[in-house]
Amino acid sequence: MGIIVTNESANSEGSSVLSLFGAVLKRDLMLAYRKKSDLFNPLIFFLMVATLFPLGVSPEPDFLAQIAPGVVWVAALLATLLSMESVFKSDFEDGTLEQTLLSPQPLFVIVLAKVLAHWMMSGLPLTLLAPLLAVMLFLPAEGMSGLMLSLLIGTPTLSLVGAIGAALTVGLRKGGVLISLLVLPLYIPVLIFGTSAVQAAVTGLPLAGFFALLGAILALGLVLAPLAISAALRISVSG
Amino acid sequence: MSTALLHVDKLYCERDDRILFEDLSFSINAGEVIQVEGQNGSGKTTLLRILSGLSNHYEGDIFWKGALLSTVQDDFRREILYFGHHPGVKAVLTPEENLHWYAAMHPSIDGKKIAMALEQVGLRGFEDSPCHTLSAGQNRRVSLARLYLTSAKLWILDEPFTAIDKKGVAQKEQLILDHAANGGSVILTTHHELAISEKVRRFNLDELAGT
Repeated sequence: MGIIVTNESANSEGSSVLSLFGAVLKRDLMLAYRKKSDLFNPLIFFLMVATLFPLGVSPEPDFLAQIAPGVVWVAALLATLLSMESVFKSDFEDGTLEQTLLSPQPLFVIVLAKVLAHWMMSGLPLTLLAPLLAVMLFLPAEGMSGLMLSLLIGTPTLSLVGAIGAALTVGLRKGGVLISLLVLPLYIPVLIFGTSAVQAAVTGLPLAGFFALLGAILALGLVLAPLAISAALRISVSG
Repeated sequence: MSTALLHVDKLYCERDDRILFEDLSFSINAGEVIQVEGQNGSGKTTLLRILSGLSNHYEGDIFWKGALLSTVQDDFRREILYFGHHPGVKAVLTPEENLHWYAAMHPSIDGKKIAMALEQVGLRGFEDSPCHTLSAGQNRRVSLARLYLTSAKLWILDEPFTAIDKKGVAQKEQLILDHAANGGSVILTTHHELAISEKVRRFNLDELAGT
């Protein structure tokens, strides 16, 4: 369900789409703010991994510096995955998802706003916390900008792709495991380019190529994932 | 011949190898109130979900104003109101915030009328209490407040009177009659004895079910 805006009605339609986007975003942020457990769960998980890793593997700074990019990225990926199940679950359970699907408004926009709200509650705080973890894991200072930027471009893709899995499984009683199985293969490219970017930053190699690839994946996800999410939601609610 | 608002032709639906209804054909005209009857599990909710476009597990054709439903989805969604088993009310939002969100989903609704609608359903003074602090009946009233806001032609109401007190039910029955008098249509299921039953067309799913 794309949004085709003709020239003459572009202004009014554009502004109504924007106000719809704003209304959905505001509502979801407010919901997250009032139910803070969903907000802190992935962050605590993220911090725990970074704290436990040196204890479990080795506290050697040299060794930790070597694995830091991978550990931070894997922890961010799993933390996002952990938070994915809740995106549509409560809307499905209280019937607001039904009402959303019955609305004449473009579902593409609604879904995009919901995913953005989810990212602002998971991917964005993870990105902001990442430097702290990186310091705990002795990541060299040169790698910091690469880590932040790669997470900033990479985590929105994780939210978009994860939301497809969440939409497909929202009607199932125990969908959590299934989401992981569905989504993990699609997360792997993001993980590879993300950690490669950080490693390149540490060794002083050019980064542009990795960011271009992560950006391209994100662009593709922004356009295609909302379509897939919308279709998946209709199937899930129909069942 | 005027075309019916909604026309159902030879609808067939089965669930878990059990035929809920087959060869079900009927029309809903403007100004009509239809009550779907049937015992628990006879497929009332399934029928209403199919009519609202939420479910597509059926065979047969549904026409909206003479056009096949699947071809006029956007127009159709603009003109229906669906009230389902789950009232569609967010527990952590206040009644007012819930209705504002609904208004955002349906741009034809005037946000200024929300306070009036809440007063009509007797929730004045509860505007700022989160819905999880309200009773079950009050939560359903929040959802029923949509009836005062909407400009939808066809109301699809699945058990709208559950947990609503007597006075509230009488008020909603009157609202349904007013809607019908203004040329709107209502299809509903309820186990309540309707006080307005003489103006309601009924059909029973038990008799239609293939055994």
